[in-house]
Amino acid sequence: MPATTTEKNHKSGRDIVEIENATIRFAGDSGDGMQLTGTQFTNTSAIFGNDISTLPDFPAEIRAPAGSLPGVSGFQINFSSRDIRTPGDQPNVLVAMNPAALRVHLSDLEPGGIVIANSNSFLPLNLKKAGYGSNPLEDGSLSGYRLIAVPLTELNGKALQELNLHKRDADRCKNFFALGITYWLYDRPLEPTLSWIEAKFKMRPQILAANSLALRSGYNYADTTELFTTHYRVRTARLAPGKYRNITGNEATAFGFIAASQKLRRPLFYASYPITPASDILHELARHKNFGIKTFQAEDEIAAVGAAIGSSFAGHLGLTGTSGPGVALKSEAIGLAVMTELPLVIANIQRGGPSTGLPTKTEQADLLQALFGRNGECPVAVVAPATPSGCFTMAFEAFRLATRFMTPVFFLSDGYLANGSEPWKIPSVANLPDIEVRFRTEAEGFQPYLRDEKTLSRPWAIPGTPGLEHRIGGLEKQNITGNVSYNPDNHDHMVRLRAEKIARIADFIPPAEVFGKPQGKILVVGWGSTYGAITSAVESMQEQGHPVSSLHLQYLNPLPGNLGEVLSRFDRVLVPELNLGQLLMILRSRYLVDAVGFNRVRGLPFKISELQEAIGEML
Amino acid sequence: MSHDGDRGREGAAVLPLRRRDFMSDQEVRWCPGCGDYSILAQTQKMLPDLNIPRENFVFVSGIGCSSRFPYYVNTYGFHGIHGRAPTLATGIKASRPELSVWVITGDGDALSIGGNHFMHAVRRNLDVNIILFNNRIYGLTKGQYSPTSEFGKKTKSTPAGSIDYPINPLCIAISNEATFVARSIDVDVKHLSSVLTQAAHHKGVSFVEVFQNCNIFNDGAFKHFSERGFRDDRTIRLEDGMPLVFGRDRDKGIRLNGLKLEVVDLRRENSEADLLIHDIHDPDPHLANLLARMDYPDFPVPLGVFRSVAKPTYDELMEAQVQDAISRSGSGDLERLLNSGDTWVVK
Repeated sequence: MPATTTEKNHKSGRDIVEIENATIRFAGDSGDGMQLTGTQFTNTSAIFGNDISTLPDFPAEIRAPAGSLPGVSGFQINFSSRDIRTPGDQPNVLVAMNPAALRVHLSDLEPGGIVIANSNSFLPLNLKKAGYGSNPLEDGSLSGYRLIAVPLTELNGKALQELNLHKRDADRCKNFFALGITYWLYDRPLEPTLSWIEAKFKMRPQILAANSLALRSGYNYADTTELFTTHYRVRTARLAPGKYRNITGNEATAFGFIAASQKLRRPLFYASYPITPASDILHELARHKNFGIKTFQAEDEIAAVGAAIGSSFAGHLGLTGTSGPGVALKSEAIGLAVMTELPLVIANIQRGGPSTGLPTKTEQADLLQALFGRNGECPVAVVAPATPSGCFTMAFEAFRLATRFMTPVFFLSDGYLANGSEPWKIPSVANLPDIEVRFRTEAEGFQPYLRDEKTLSRPWAIPGTPGLEHRIGGLEKQNITGNVSYNPDNHDHMVRLRAEKIARIADFIPPAEVFGKPQGKILVVGWGSTYGAITSAVESMQEQGHPVSSLHLQYLNPLPGNLGEVLSRFDRVLVPELNLGQLLMILRSRYLVDAVGFNRVRGLPFKISELQEAIGEML
Repeated sequence: MSHDGDRGREGAAVLPLRRRDFMSDQEVRWCPGCGDYSILAQTQKMLPDLNIPRENFVFVSGIGCSSRFPYYVNTYGFHGIHGRAPTLATGIKASRPELSVWVITGDGDALSIGGNHFMHAVRRNLDVNIILFNNRIYGLTKGQYSPTSEFGKKTKSTPAGSIDYPINPLCIAISNEATFVARSIDVDVKHLSSVLTQAAHHKGVSFVEVFQNCNIFNDGAFKHFSERGFRDDRTIRLEDGMPLVFGRDRDKGIRLNGLKLEVVDLRRENSEADLLIHDIHDPDPHLANLLARMDYPDFPVPLGVFRSVAKPTYDELMEAQVQDAISRSGSGDLERLLNSGDTWVVK
């Protein structure tokens, strides 16, 4: 955290150091409320006017055994006075609510970083559970860091004494005490969190009072004791003028689908089976039924996609959301939607695989599944958002393409985008692109598989339209009439036609744009959630004068029409992915370019520094 | 005004409709002598009487011989994938409750690969009509045993006899509290037509099992009770409000004895007053389940409506939640939604 200026704080008399940005990580037991604490810090910083980026990191188990290593839940926030794109490579501050949290997260902390630890939880049993032979708060093993050991539980309990709460209830507020300390450390206002507590607990006045008091007490404790010699200020970021809100990827995804439904003037039908990390989209959409949205929690993944296809056949916007294992189950039905040429959007919020894999961790390993994971020649369009707020635009795009081309479209987000958040400049509804759907109504000359000359899409003829009664299904169709056909030449023709239809989407999407010089030594090509880390790494290499540019793909099938030409302008192409080289395989085979991959599958997003290193090695 | 079956290509069909309005231009490709022909014919005959515009019908199917059905009916149709017809129907009906949605399925499609969807469509009381063609064999894949095949059945895949205990489709439907449950048979066209009509008029899920003869792979599967000579003695017609009497001479009946049913001889000790009175509107499914379990030779095979009760449907409840949300919060305002939550302005 580079310091810029220093001044004296009038109130405490201690130094306040102005810094450009800071990264803080809260870590504790699954039951310690770390996700809530992190979210509060995030919202406060966003409202304060910082640019922010977050990385929640929680276990797949709801409540793993208390104090155990698998039970540790973390939340990292990077907040800055300048434009940032990632949650930060290394935290400057680690708040560890117990020994396990310290054990799991310490290795990520920057050398010399601050550890705020709840010393009350560093008891023999917890130390043993975390695998510590001796107490790290006392044995000098943390000498490379600035250790602030705080008896959090005890202080919090004393602060709440006057409220006569059960000890258990009082202890549950200790995360707000910790949050208060960090608010003082980074000179954050308390008001946003206080008003959140008020709204949240207005029916439970005692809990309201306890949480508010815990937050204030933590803040005052840090202010009055000599815990820290300095505290820090991260000024408001110079974001583009406008109205902002903080938004997670899954919220933005849901909003994008709602926006598409509004613009297309067709009701949205969301069918889904609960699965991490996609379930929040179901929760969000279920709250907005007044938009004419119907949400269907199906009996399984197959039922969800089947119902979405049925809804599309009936003229609504059929949408299903899931993660990789769910896509595997939906594959046959997606093939049905390809054969029947109906609009359908499949949102895959990718997670670590294969099989059940790492349900709560991020990965980009379902690209080839989206492109090829079905029987037969079964082309679909694929789009992928690059940032949490970018999920809005690409969700909207998914329906624009699905309805225009009468095709299934994959929307490939991932766990990192889904749960991560950033400030979002709220778009004006009037500025959203105009999109429309036209149902076929004239019976004269109607044929179920008659095609639009430009897009090759077939007419959307919905039940209830007199004179257009027709039958579709999964058997091969005769061109134009849509009758069942086993004719060899017809099948060959239809297979090519379906491929050509998807290929033509390339004329309806923006060309690939290069970040940096349009030619040079190295082009770094990415897709999906790696945008932030790649762009930041490339930007810093450019600032150091290296001939490096980057290109980020949000359209994976078809690829932008100019991509091959852009690739040919660079000596080397580097493709960083959170998989073992899936886009890499596509680029190499499609463009015969000798691209190389940089691949990590740790369930975590890239660090800027590791990408800088990878680029550096290529120079 | 002419009533041509192929007017769908030319223009709208006008009420009142006739059977020919529901015949598509596609050649019917079931094996000659297949029971499916009868079910298709009775359906096409019955549909005009429902007085529903032709364009508001949707026939949905899965995979199997029976699932070719939608191609032959000149309405909207969707030939889906194996076992998943109820899922397509759910999306169609939940999106557009005004449509009359029919699911055509078979014993393998509904009870084996699609058992899960069948169960859930039924328990949700989705307002669709599910017609299960039960021929107790896999026809399209050329003769393997199905989940309704009798224990010990020898087929290509079970040369030593099937060791699967069969499923009773009616019991599955009843245990999931289907609001309408009936059974008919392909060879009794009058009965079939009547049952299909009642199913169509029922609001909520209607489940109809139709015994259907596969004359190629399982010929005569039902003839031990369905042949004319002894049909009246080996089957029983369930009629609402009537005592359960059967037999060519109407001399046998069904009585409830404790928790069990028994056949009694009316010529001897019992009168009709001792018999069970069939009540299709009984909210409890227990008696319907007991009746559904009756089978030849211990009992006559029951045909007719087992159960018909009223209950709010899934599609109307879903629609009501949307309307309720609109009346509470007003029609969705996108601008307001995007600007919800904590916002701040950067100047």
